[in-house]
Amino acid sequence: MLSLSGITKRFGTLAANDAISLEVSKGEIHALLGENGAGKSTLVKILYGALAPDEGEIRWKGKSVRFANPAAARAAGIGMVFQHFSLFDALTVAENVALALPGDRKLSDIAKTLADVSKQYGLPLDPQAQIGDLSAGERQRVEIIRCLLANPELIIMDEPTSVLTPQEADALFETLRKLRAEGRSILYISHKLEEVRALCESATILRHGKVVGTCDPRETSKADLAAMMVGAGVADIRAATDDRAIGERALVVNGLSTQPASPFATALKDISFAVRHGTISAIAGIAGNGQSELFACLSGETLMQDASTILLFGQPAGTTGINERRRAGAAFVSEERLGHGAAPTLSLTDNVVLTRTAADPEMTTRGFVRRSRARSIRETICEAFDVRRGSPDPAAGSLSGGNLQKFIVGREIGRVPDLIIIDQPTWGVDAGAAQNIRQTLIDSAENGTAILVISQDLDEIFEIADEIAVLFEGRLSPFVPVKDTNREQIGLLMGGEGFEPSNTGQLNPLNTDANEPAAGGGHAASA
Amino acid sequence: MQLQLEHRVTPSFRMMLLSPLIAVGLTLATGAIIFASLGKDPLAGLYFFFFEPLTVWWSFEEVLVKMTPLALIAAGLTICFLANVWNIGAEGQFIFGAIIGAILPVLFPELQGYYVLPIMLLMGFLGGMAYGLVPALFKVRFGANEILTSLMLVYVAELFLDWLVRGPWRNPGGLNFPETRQFHEFASMPIIGDDRLNIGFLIAVAVSILLFVFLTRTFSGFGVRLSGNAPKAAKFAGFDRNKTTYFVLGLSGALAGLAGIIEVAGPIDQLRPAISPGYGFTAIIVAFLGRLNPIGTLVAAFVLSITYIGGESAQITIGVTDKITRVFQGILLFYVLACDTLIVYRLRLRRATPPAMDGSNPQEASS
Repeated sequence: MLSLSGITKRFGTLAANDAISLEVSKGEIHALLGENGAGKSTLVKILYGALAPDEGEIRWKGKSVRFANPAAARAAGIGMVFQHFSLFDALTVAENVALALPGDRKLSDIAKTLADVSKQYGLPLDPQAQIGDLSAGERQRVEIIRCLLANPELIIMDEPTSVLTPQEADALFETLRKLRAEGRSILYISHKLEEVRALCESATILRHGKVVGTCDPRETSKADLAAMMVGAGVADIRAATDDRAIGERALVVNGLSTQPASPFATALKDISFAVRHGTISAIAGIAGNGQSELFACLSGETLMQDASTILLFGQPAGTTGINERRRAGAAFVSEERLGHGAAPTLSLTDNVVLTRTAADPEMTTRGFVRRSRARSIRETICEAFDVRRGSPDPAAGSLSGGNLQKFIVGREIGRVPDLIIIDQPTWGVDAGAAQNIRQTLIDSAENGTAILVISQDLDEIFEIADEIAVLFEGRLSPFVPVKDTNREQIGLLMGGEGFEPSNTGQLNPLNTDANEPAAGGGHAASA
Repeated sequence: MQLQLEHRVTPSFRMMLLSPLIAVGLTLATGAIIFASLGKDPLAGLYFFFFEPLTVWWSFEEVLVKMTPLALIAAGLTICFLANVWNIGAEGQFIFGAIIGAILPVLFPELQGYYVLPIMLLMGFLGGMAYGLVPALFKVRFGANEILTSLMLVYVAELFLDWLVRGPWRNPGGLNFPETRQFHEFASMPIIGDDRLNIGFLIAVAVSILLFVFLTRTFSGFGVRLSGNAPKAAKFAGFDRNKTTYFVLGLSGALAGLAGIIEVAGPIDQLRPAISPGYGFTAIIVAFLGRLNPIGTLVAAFVLSITYIGGESAQITIGVTDKITRVFQGILLFYVLACDTLIVYRLRLRRATPPAMDGSNPQEASS
């Protein structure tokens, strides 16, 4: 059906795709596996006509083709569902679909076709619903239906489950199997091994822009797949010991609420919890349920009306800025690396100055930055966290995602803070670096640091956290110890099923069953 | 075969230095074509325009006189532009600083003493600052675009000056000419050259060096660069965007105001309806030509100053209009901005067909 041979694409000196060959036959779900930066997106863009290959041939249904643009690819029968949705929040489902269709068709016609298709493939959807009100899973359905209306023979799906709950993902797999049964082919891009093994009958594995293997994932073990993908076996994480000292409350949040900044932003509603020294508390949830808003409140980028809404080490801190919170002993790692946690065009040394100056009196003398100190901190970070770089002090934006994240985490952990708040610690980071970062967090907790992890990655949370809560539509569920729950339960909560927010002042179990009086506990209980 | 722009992995440092030189070279080449099309000898035209001003001391001194306001204003604009705040109204701040600075010699000419000039400079500085803070206030409070507000305030300042010198501030013994009384000796800038070069030049050099140190060595200077570069990261580092806006507009306004009072207390020695041949606008070109670096702007101010003197010189010697100065300044800015592309991109000759993007989903994230 589809056959690629010798596809090569270079960006400057980097070969993003190096002589890639790939076969997808009719009625098959073919996995394209690889880590972030392995070249999957580039390959797909070439196939879909969004990029032109430097070398190589694409054969589609036996004929050599080269699509000048995505419209040509669509006309030839190739559809694509992107990882990031391209939908207009303020329009309805039917209107969004109409925008993508060629020619003049009545909206009511489209709505009817839409309803038919959605029934046929088990993709329940209301054509009149506004996109802004839909969940990520529902938006993805819109994208899939929009793609199906063009009646494609090959559907490319780019990381479709990255925004779905486990239950939504299962429903998606059902749809994909139905499509396969109709004889359509699917090119399924992912780095999640479990779902590839459950869904796909063949797989091509990419690493550093090259094909490193093809296999039948159903008959290949997860460990083998991972080894092919990453290149070497990834060491297991050493879990934290049970006899570590659980200390006082480092962070207490009491009835935190915010107004939404824009019509489609999430408002936080009455969030209360606490994080203790020596523990890792994790907040799970699908993107867009208030994670970045919560992070901004905790970091001090958004200030509270009432100082006692947030207690840092027992002191009211709701109205103090980010640098005062840093001076008190907190450290923050934001979700966005480029442009938020680091300035892409500035050097690593400058990026050390970025967050390390506030809490380090030795970093400045009378307002003048001591570059020598910043440079030595940079070297310490890069050595301790194995940050790979092309030159001693490159621009932050030139580092790969994984290396930059190691640098940023290293920059914050290197301060030996008493509290770390980290949003999506390993988002878009390769497996090796992710393991490194997770281990660092566990080690810090063992040394007495209080850690709050906000993450969409359930594997990660179950690997490192001591207790878990779920953020859903701006509300937080009560924290439960990780040993008392499982992925299934958390997955349901992430989808809003059986979700009940915790009450004001209700603290997580790890924080209530301890005997010793905790710093700030009095405030929390009385609120 | 086609020419393509290819994104560089890291910005080229060499191009960062070369790009203004390439721009100057292209300007000279274009200038030669313009002179030729006017029926003048291109080489002679370029000589009189760009080199003759440097051949004799008095015109060289005049180049330094004209570069003083350019360097002062551009140094301030550099800070502004680096912070991604677009102060286009330096001309107005220049005029307003000149007006406020001139209050003592115009309204209180009986005050005589060495204290007068320092107070005038300070008042000019503060006047420019106040005028620069107006667009800052509008931007912070109402979200008004500072490009528009600062530009519109230029015309307010020009008309205000015009009204003053024709009306209440007109020289009582000046035969009804629209100008104020001449500044007395304690209100004039001390001369350091043979003719009109005054200590304002030294002030401009000192200010440029101070701002360079501020930008590259201090944490606050880092904050200014950061807020232009990555606003969210600046917030993450604890810098308040609104404070930065007030600071950079206030400072660049203050330096333009200082340049204004130095100009009227120096070469002009009184207020007239027109006290600037567009220094505030030309300084925008100076800031970019100088790589948004206060030391670079010193060099760039020198180059742009030549075009002012050269324009007059070319008008006299080869008989072209002095509007040619503005033409050259415009061409230069155009080439500087165009050449800056080469810092981030490289030119490549390609045979492949161009990738056609339909823009349906410009997806950046790697998967």
